[in-house]
Parts: sequence; structure tokens; C-alpha cells
Amino acid sequence: MWTVAFFVLPFVIMGVYSLWKRVGNKLITEFSFGNYENFFAKSFLFESLTNSLEVTLLVTVISILLAYPLAYILAEKVPDRWQRIALIMAILPFWTSYLVRSYSWLLVLSEGGVISNFLLEIGLTTEPISMANNRSATVIGFVHFFVMLLTLTIFANLKQLPKNYRKAAQDLGAGPIRTFIYVILPLTLPGIMVGAFLTFVLCIGDYITPAILGGKRELLMPQTIMLQIERRSDFPTASSLALILMTVVSMVYLACARWLKLDRL
Amino acid sequence: MFKFRNLAAFTYAILLYGFIFLPVVVLVLFSFQESRVPIPPFNGPSLKWYHAFLSDGRVVEALYNSIAVALLSSLVSVILGFLAAYSLARHNIRYSGIIQGLLTAPLTVSYLIIAMGLLITFNTLGIPKSLFTIGIGHVVINLPLCFAIIYSQMGAHQANIERAARDLGANEWQVMGLISVPMLWPALFAAFFLSVTFSWDEFIIAFMVSRFDVTLPVEIWSMLRTGLNPKTNAVGSFVFLVSVVFIFLLDFILFRKIKN
Amino acid sequence: MCFGDKVAVHNVDLSIQQGEFVVLLGPSGSGKTTLLNILGGFLQPTDGRVLIDGKDVTDVPASKRPTTTVFQDYALFPHMTVAGNVAFGLKMRGVSSSEQKTKIIESLELVGLAHLAERRIHQLSGGQRQRIALARALAVEPSVLLLDEPLGALDLKLRHQMQEELKEIQKRIGTTFIHVTHDQEEAMAIADTIVITNDGAIEDTGKPERIYLQPTSRFAAGFMGESNFLEGTVISCDGSQTMVHTAIGKFLLKEQGTEGDVVTLSIRPEHFSTKSGIRSLGEARILETGFFGTHHQCKAILEESETMLKVRLPQKEVIQSGELIELFIDPEDLTMLRS
Repeated sequence: MWTVAFFVLPFVIMGVYSLWKRVGNKLITEFSFGNYENFFAKSFLFESLTNSLEVTLLVTVISILLAYPLAYILAEKVPDRWQRIALIMAILPFWTSYLVRSYSWLLVLSEGGVISNFLLEIGLTTEPISMANNRSATVIGFVHFFVMLLTLTIFANLKQLPKNYRKAAQDLGAGPIRTFIYVILPLTLPGIMVGAFLTFVLCIGDYITPAILGGKRELLMPQTIMLQIERRSDFPTASSLALILMTVVSMVYLACARWLKLDRL
Repeated sequence: MFKFRNLAAFTYAILLYGFIFLPVVVLVLFSFQESRVPIPPFNGPSLKWYHAFLSDGRVVEALYNSIAVALLSSLVSVILGFLAAYSLARHNIRYSGIIQGLLTAPLTVSYLIIAMGLLITFNTLGIPKSLFTIGIGHVVINLPLCFAIIYSQMGAHQANIERAARDLGANEWQVMGLISVPMLWPALFAAFFLSVTFSWDEFIIAFMVSRFDVTLPVEIWSMLRTGLNPKTNAVGSFVFLVSVVFIFLLDFILFRKIKN
Repeated sequence: MCFGDKVAVHNVDLSIQQGEFVVLLGPSGSGKTTLLNILGGFLQPTDGRVLIDGKDVTDVPASKRPTTTVFQDYALFPHMTVAGNVAFGLKMRGVSSSEQKTKIIESLELVGLAHLAERRIHQLSGGQRQRIALARALAVEPSVLLLDEPLGALDLKLRHQMQEELKEIQKRIGTTFIHVTHDQEEAMAIADTIVITNDGAIEDTGKPERIYLQPTSRFAAGFMGESNFLEGTVISCDGSQTMVHTAIGKFLLKEQGTEGDVVTLSIRPEHFSTKSGIRSLGEARILETGFFGTHHQCKAILEESETMLKVRLPQKEVIQSGELIELFIDPEDLTMLRS
């Protein structure tokens, strides 16, 4: 079927490629783990993975911290008939083109851009500053996207909690804060985990945001992969990097799945 | 105390909404910029950058390409997704668990990796890069989504109605055409619209497996290389507007379905 | 108490004795759940007061009230064990952990499920969940236990068993129970006092026997089991006795009335008999009959006045539809309802 032809096959080919080697302009079709050895030997390749992991973790944590209160406010404080429209509004930019969104942040953060101009106006700085082309810009761009995603998953989780859990907790003597800590928060952990997992997967594999906002000084894993393809046409190295990235994602996936199952027991 | 807490919540929500909307507002606002750079001070409104982008042959061509790829690849995705869901939900197929897992697996894999895999495969097989290959790529990413949406809507309730139709003498194709498809049409429609939205926005696959005929996001990418430009804002605002319209259509359809 | 512009409960004046098992009985939408929510502190009445043990608790939030609730869907916390659920209320009240342990065991033993303490909620059956919900609510020793249709989700047999158990537990611990249901058989099986609600108001309050045998309103008579209603006019009264004229004859009732009043008489189907009795109603034709195990349920029409009646005849009687039988009643079984 389709998937086999265009999904599984590429992986098989990629797997084979990753074991080959490229010298000069020629492919050496000889199996070896040289590419994988290279990955650990060449610091810039390995560093791109640690960079990616750092950024992804940071983004996931910040996004959860920002999104949870918003989802909670939307689910609890906003009257029912406004909820729908409030939620649609909260995730509207979610549907803009990924590319365009990153570009928009460039507008906001760049030298002479909106924030720089605002800081000049209120006199916090005396000359235009640039906040783009570094890791924080990448993180801001990512957080913007994933706050919306997490708001959605956490909101869905909060809404499907039966109202009686809260009532029962109060009935047994818990005030609002203890109701939240002992009952609401543990019961919304699945929503947080699902959202966090999605964030992790999408964030670590994304090329566009770091490429536009991150500048050239620090590369993330997808950028490194892209570099191998675009500049050097080194498919074997690119393949090996892609497979390493996939392995990391699969490990996180298995950990999540295991955690969710454990929780159910 | 109660008042204060609500006020804090309200303020927080407003601030976060501000954060969420800031880039979009800036994008749209400066697409009406008069001068050549989309940074403050704003000196519009002017429609000249919209004119510029609509009279740019390459951009318009990319726009048409995008529409064609989005519609066709989504149509293929929905049909394949429906057939897969139908056969998995209605017939006892061996290894159905594995097939289901395989069908949904691309959802968890980064587009970049899919794109690369496709590129290498096309190269190996000697398939030239074109709009057609972009379409194939988009079906790869949208098929799992369509399958998941349609499969989730094929409940036991529907199975019983189909059984009733068979009982009344309908053959397999009549059941599918007269019963399953009409009953599932909100799901099919939702899957189609969502696919169109994703395909419309998708960049990395289109970028990797195309050469001369490009889609709009790829064109925007090359425009980005030239730095900040109100024309890019105009194109971006346009893309945003189209996506929003699609989402509202989708929402409207789903909402009607819930009402029914 | 109002929801928007719709009044959900109004003019409710109800006092409940300590240690009583009270059942709020009424059709859905009659306001009984609203009343329970007001008692539990989940709703603020727009008007009126709630007093428990003589203390005004109207403005006390749910978490500080001496009431606990067994919810309709039990609302057991799925992320905690059975023991964790039972301990929750104790923990919130700052009970020491050693004391918590003894209380958990006590409460679980009360419902006979001490061996399930370490189970997770989703591993329990419906009946077990119901009991755990009860144990959790009782663990904190409330003054009043509120039960919101707790048996609704159980099958018939289990429901009957739980009714007995609830009643027994209530008698043993002596806590006031306020139980909401729309099932009149359940109400009669467990209640010391039944409160009938309709349209946001209380229709009748009293012991089950009294409410069944001498209902005060047509609604109460109709909701508590089946009844035949006959329109009639008071034609005379002399202090303690009243003569009422109806389509099927005149009856002398030991109740007070005013001459000329239009009243309704209620006759329970089981009060008819085919054996010669105090008062004959004449011949009746059986239209339909069905055997219910404990009795025959018949539809009959009185030949003379063409009045349709629901009649219950004893198990051993042999009846066929189309048959003509003579029906008797004891006028003492008639109840007069003022319209």
C-alpha cells in the first residue's frame, strides 16, 4: 500500500545510505558504521543534538508553565458561551503558516523592529537593538507556537473532567488550592503529557523556526541535517543524523507510553 | 480576595493573548506599510505591496501551484484514508493492529525526516522532482491524519446501520456509496479541509522534493532570503487569511455536525 | 433559589430530626437535587437560611460544612487508591496519619470492603464503587450525609441489596441521611420520612405509610404508586364526616369538608375486592388483565357509570378478560384530596 511505498521504503533506503560513506563526489557502497562513529567524534555534529535537546526541553517547560494557567482560566473562569470563541481566538495564529509566523517574529524582534522601537520610545535603550538571530529568539518563536498547542490539549483535558470531582474534593473539606493540588492537577497530567510529547516531537524536528530566528552561530540538529544535504549533498551523513534523531524521539515516545500505562494501573 | 483573583486571571489571559497575537498583528499591519521596510514607524495604509505581489508572476504561479497541490493531494489522502479506515473497521483483516500502527506512524516523525527519506527515494528510483512529487509527499503526511479522523468516526452504531442496509439487499459498493459515505461526510469533509490547510502551509517537503515548479511557502522562503520586505508581509497576510477562512469553514461544519 | 429567571426551588420549609433517614422523592426537574446542593453548600440560596445542628451555615462553603455527599456518579478520584480516597477528607481535616489509618479501616469495614484498600478505582465493580463512595463520605463523621441518587446506576438486584445495607448502616451509626431519588419503591423501602417534591416545592412530608395510605395531594397520590381518581362534590358534612357524591355513588368519609366543594377521591387499585364487602360498586367488565406474580393487574369498566378503573386482584383469583364481576370496596380506604 501507499504507506509502504512512500514511508517505509524511504526509511529502508535511508538506513542503507546511513551505513554507506561519501568520499569526494562518490558514494562508497560499502557497509560501515563510520557515519555513526563520526557523529560522536565530530563535536559540531554531537553539539547540534545537545543544542536541540536543550532548546526543546526549555521550550517544553516554558510552554507548559505559560499554557496551563491560560487553559485553566479559559475552562473555569470564562462563561460557557464565550469559551468556544475565546479558545478559537487563543489558537488562531496556530493555523498561520509556520514560515510566516517565524518571519513575523523576525519583524518583531529584529533591529529597529517593534520591540526595539518600543524600548527606544520609552527610553530603556538609546539605540536600536536586535533580539533576533540567537537562541532566545528561537525559543520565543517555538514557545509562541507550543503555548497554543498545549493550551488546546490541557483545555480539552480540563473540560472532560467530571464536575463532581471538584465538588467531591470540596465536600470532603479541601479549599480551592488543595482541590487543585490534590485533585485537578494530577487528573490533568495526561493532557500535559500528551501536549508535552507533541511539543517535544514537533520542536526537535523543526527546521524552519531555528533557521529563520536562530542565526548562524548555533545550529540545531535539523539545521545540521539540512546543511549536509544542501551544501554538501552528503546523504549518508544526513541519513545517519536523521536516524539518530528518530531514535531519540522514539525513546521519548516509549518513555511517555510507559508512563501513561503505569499511571493507569 | 475573590475579586483580586479574577482580576489577576483576567490580566494574565490578556497578556498571553497579547503575546499570541503580537506577531500576527505586526505582520498584517506592516503589510500596509508605505515605505520599503516593514519596521516602525508605520506610514500606511497602502495597498501597494499587495499590488506588487499580485503582479509578480512567480508568486502568482506558486499560488496556483499551491492550490492545485493542496486540493489534489487532499482528495487522494481522503479517498485512501477512507478506504483504509473502511477496510480496517469493517473487515477482520489479519495484523490489523500492525497496519493501523503503520498508517499512523508518520504522524510522529518529523517532516524534515520524511522529506529527506522521500528525496533520497526519488533520487534512487530516478523520479524527477516536480509538483507531482510534492503531492506524493503531502499525501504521505496527510494520509495518517485522514485515516485517524475517519477511523475514529466509524463507530459500532454505523456498523449496525450498514448491516441493516446489507440485510435489505444492498451490495458492498451500494453500502459504501449510499450509506457509509453520506453518514461520514462531516468526518470526510473535516479530514479534507484539515489536509488542505496542512498542505497549503507545508514547506519543508515541498522545498526538498521540488525544483522549478514551487509552492507558495517555498516561494516565501526565497523571498525571506532577501531580508525584511513589506511584500513578504503582504504574501504572509494573504496566506494567513486563507488559513483562517479554512479553519472557520471547518469549525462551521463540525459545529453543524454537533448540532445535528 | 433561582437559576436565571427560572425558579428552581421556592418556599421550602423543612426541618429534619437528628438521626433520621429522610428521602427526597420527586420526578426529575422537581428541584430535589437543587435542594441537596443547597444543603451541601454547592449552591447559594438567593433567599432563606440553612441551619445544621442549630447553627446557621448558609454562608459556610462546602468545604467547611458538617455535610458530606455520595454523588450520583460517585466521583471517586481515579488517581488514588481506595484507601487514598477514604483518607482524603481526613487528610484535609488535618487528622494524624496513625488516626487516618484506623479510620480508613473502620470506614471500609463498615461497608464490608476492608480487603480492597489498596485497589485502584477502575478495578472495582459498580456496587463496590458505591460502597467506597459511602465509606469516603462517612469517614469524616459528618452530621448529615447527603446521597444524590446513589443507587441509580446499579441493576435491580444490587439496588435492593444496597437499599437494605444503607438502611442498616444508617441505623448503626445514627447519622442523619438525606437521600434523593425518583424511585418511589426505593423511598418506601428505606425512608423514615419521605419528602415529596414537585415543581420546586414540597408537596407532602410524612412517614411512608401515611403518605401512601393518606396522601394529601393528587400529585403525591399519583407519584407514590398507582391510584384511581374520582371527581366528586361535597353534598353534606357534619363536623367529622363528609358525604361526597361521585359518578359511581355517594360515599361517607371520615374527613372534614365544606358543602359544595369539588374534591377528588383516591382509591388504590389493591383496595378493590371481589369478595362481598362493605360496599358494592355493582358489576364491572374486565377489559384487560395481566398476571404480575404477586397479583393480577386489570383494567375494568363499571357497567352502570362507565367509569374506567385500575384494579388489583389477589394472586389466586381466576379472571379472564370480558368477564363480568362484582366489585366491592371499604369506604375507609378512600382518601379525599382537596383540589
